[in-house]
Amino acid sequence: MSLRVEDLTVYYRTLRGDVHALENATFSVGDGEIMGLAGESGCGKTTLSNSLILLVPPMKHVGGGVTLDGKDLPICHVDKMNRYRFKEISVIPQYAMNAMNPTRKIGRMVSELLRSRGIDPRRTLRELENRLDLVELNRRVLRMYPIELSGGMKQRMVMVISTLMNPSLLLADEITSALDVSTQKAVARMLVGFRDREIVKSVIVITHDMSILYQIADSILIMYAGQLAEKASTEAIIHSPRHPYTKLLITSLPKVGVKHAETRLQGIPGRPPMLLDPPEGCRFRDRCPVSFEKCAEVPPLVEVAPGHFVACWKEFERNA
Amino acid sequence: MADEPTPKKRNEFLYFALRNKKLRVGLTVLLFFVLIGAFGTLLTDNPPEAFVGPASSPPSSDFWFGTTFFGQDVFAQFVVGLRATFIVGALGGGLATLIGMLVGFVAGYRGGMVDESLNVVTNIVLVIPTFALLLIISAYFEVRGLIMESLFIGVTAWPWAARAIRAQTLSLRSREFVDLARTSAMRPLRIIFTEIAPNMMSYLVMAFILEFGGAILIAATLDFIGLGPTTGFSLGIMMQYAVLWGALPLGTWWWFVPPGAAIAAIVGALYFMNVGLDEVFNPKLRET
Amino acid sequence: MRRYFGRKLAIYLVTFFLAVTIDWLIPRLMPGDPIQNMLARAALNANAAERMYTYYTHAFQLDLPVWQQYLNFWNALFHGDLGISTYLFPTPVADIIKDAIPYDMFLLLPSILLSWWAGNKFGAFAARTKRLDNTALPITYLLTATPYMWLGILLAWLFGIVLGWFPIAGAYSYTMSPHLSWTFVGSVLKHWFLPFASLFLVGFGGWAIGMRNMIIYELEADYSHYLEALGAPRRLIRKYAFRNAILPQVTGLALQLGVIVAGALVTEVVFSYPGIGYLILEAIQNQDYFLVQGCFLFIIMGVLLANFLIDVVYVIVDPRTRRGMVGE
Repeated sequence: MSLRVEDLTVYYRTLRGDVHALENATFSVGDGEIMGLAGESGCGKTTLSNSLILLVPPMKHVGGGVTLDGKDLPICHVDKMNRYRFKEISVIPQYAMNAMNPTRKIGRMVSELLRSRGIDPRRTLRELENRLDLVELNRRVLRMYPIELSGGMKQRMVMVISTLMNPSLLLADEITSALDVSTQKAVARMLVGFRDREIVKSVIVITHDMSILYQIADSILIMYAGQLAEKASTEAIIHSPRHPYTKLLITSLPKVGVKHAETRLQGIPGRPPMLLDPPEGCRFRDRCPVSFEKCAEVPPLVEVAPGHFVACWKEFERNA
Repeated sequence: MADEPTPKKRNEFLYFALRNKKLRVGLTVLLFFVLIGAFGTLLTDNPPEAFVGPASSPPSSDFWFGTTFFGQDVFAQFVVGLRATFIVGALGGGLATLIGMLVGFVAGYRGGMVDESLNVVTNIVLVIPTFALLLIISAYFEVRGLIMESLFIGVTAWPWAARAIRAQTLSLRSREFVDLARTSAMRPLRIIFTEIAPNMMSYLVMAFILEFGGAILIAATLDFIGLGPTTGFSLGIMMQYAVLWGALPLGTWWWFVPPGAAIAAIVGALYFMNVGLDEVFNPKLRET
Repeated sequence: MRRYFGRKLAIYLVTFFLAVTIDWLIPRLMPGDPIQNMLARAALNANAAERMYTYYTHAFQLDLPVWQQYLNFWNALFHGDLGISTYLFPTPVADIIKDAIPYDMFLLLPSILLSWWAGNKFGAFAARTKRLDNTALPITYLLTATPYMWLGILLAWLFGIVLGWFPIAGAYSYTMSPHLSWTFVGSVLKHWFLPFASLFLVGFGGWAIGMRNMIIYELEADYSHYLEALGAPRRLIRKYAFRNAILPQVTGLALQLGVIVAGALVTEVVFSYPGIGYLILEAIQNQDYFLVQGCFLFIIMGVLLANFLIDVVYVIVDPRTRRGMVGE
């Protein structure tokens, strides 16, 4: 097993109280697996990703643990986590477009970063150039300033930097959101290529764009309002989802080629709950078409079929 | 319609404002001096120019701040001086903020040639060492009053505010609610005042506070070299007389320490309040 | 880059033209008659006074039509002729100013550069720890809120009168005349220290505050978070933050020049330090047209030149301007 997350609970400290951003997350990602992490804005995807790599105030660790390749990750100790960062767990952040120092030439920034982490930049130069070729970036890029690159180029450059040390786990946060469709496809493919060449072992792709996940993810984890709703293979999620939220999510996706003159575009009525003082039990309860009394209790994430996990009392009933 | 602060949001600002330490401290100090300036004359019977006591005597129960070289009551002068200082600060700072507002709003909202030409004007006024200019202009007028001094200061200190306000206007202009107002054919001036200005209230207040403090400093400096009001007292004039009449070699520190200390305290309080306000209006800066 | 400098130079030229015009105009609007003033000092009988008056009015070209005086002024300017002072007749204004310049440079350059550098370093340092931030910050706010002349007076009183460590008037001891010797240099330094310290302290406060705010802003920037996420040591993040935060401080220096000039002026008055500031005050009080004009002109040129130098420095320091990307 590459990554194992056990009951991870992380809140945000605010002046008005704690925001329950992530509640009892339990799941694992296998070696070589590309897992998609999907859900609406504010469902806790980025919180989860940040908890794994940079758990700093105002986030606070409330419970649970993380194991990577059998080792416990000291996620609540900012300093102790440093030996894992970049080398075993790495991130392509949501703000990748602005992630590089605007007043440093890219090559210089990379070598200063490497040197500060105790790595000799000269030894990695050859590999760095290979990676640039992989993402179809001209080597000249190293002598340029970030402002001279386009959005897509910056995205790819950050991909190269973040994966330079061949981390076991890569967190890719919304790496295609700011790109046009054709570049999206290219970047998604490059990500898969990285996994195939074993530059990275496992990847968690965070996005709200299901179509990308359909193309590159092996499995998908659906989150809602800080709780895990469902995890299964991409096939299962797309074609046979079991959690009510996932079902509504999938059906609300506009399909290519389908004209919506006859059928109306279905959204999911209602809004996610405020997490400052979240409702008891399953947080999807109020919008769920099939909720009943038991839903006042938090449903655990249970394996209802091989490799298919759901957190829904209704589904357990069906299985039983 | 507009993204005006809803009552809930306004209360949120008030909530944080009342709890912000920096704002509280700054406001307290400021109010303290305002009260002295407003009601201080009730605490002393002596008019500031009258020769009421022994010359150059140190602070005592009769004369809280001692007397000047001529035997005048320093505390009485101090109170009157405070008033003058506040008036110039408010008027001069207010005028500077007003001009800065107009220039900044129009430049930021209109853009294009209007923006360019206003920018050139702003840059020129910025570059000219306005103090040297003030020196000469002040010297031209043989008789000067507080209003005139405020006018001079207001007319030369605005570029800073204009720049800050222009930047904010630019960022607000492209927001949706302004576009909405535009398409509903509102007249530009009306748009500026009803849609943009309320959202910029925080910046306007902060700009005014800084210009207020700046005006006080400039006025004190002008007064000190004798180019302030030709009659009356101000804190700067007190310091000028003190130095002119040998307070240094004579060691009559009570004559020059209070006025300068008051200015430093007031302007410092203003700056502090400004930081506090920034924290209130920008949630990111608040300490969790 | 050419565009960047082109625009700046255009503004400086326009400003120069405007400033020179104002400079020429205002003294002429000043109350009082400089020739009368000058003559009053020489006791002459009425007849002789009248003839001298016409003579000097003519000599100073004050009887020419206004527009011609204006053009002659520009002409003289380009020849480096700033006229003759009436207050210190018959010394040429240019010479008087030349004598004052070294004192100004000696006072201004070290205080500006040192306070800028030290203030920035301190501001960056204060931003590191919460405790230091909370104790150091109020002090710096107070420093920057302190009027220049008051700090000067305080220092003069405390260290000059009470403790007697430093003199409080003049650029060097009255008993000496400038010559090359250690005693003279010592005297110069002793007279220089308090005015320098006064200017330094107030400036220091301002820069420290500015830098602290800029650093905090940079430490919250995306690139800082990215480095953090990649495990970079705080040292590297702080180094980048400092490098980026210093840029607006460079432009800030240009913006502060006017304030610094005012502060220097007033500090010179407090310490009777014979710089341009002191001179311009004397000139105004004695209605010396030409001296006022010359001093003001010199200040303008100095400020414009300094602005230009700072623009050059900015281009060197911000690599993006060289790529034609950024720059106001």
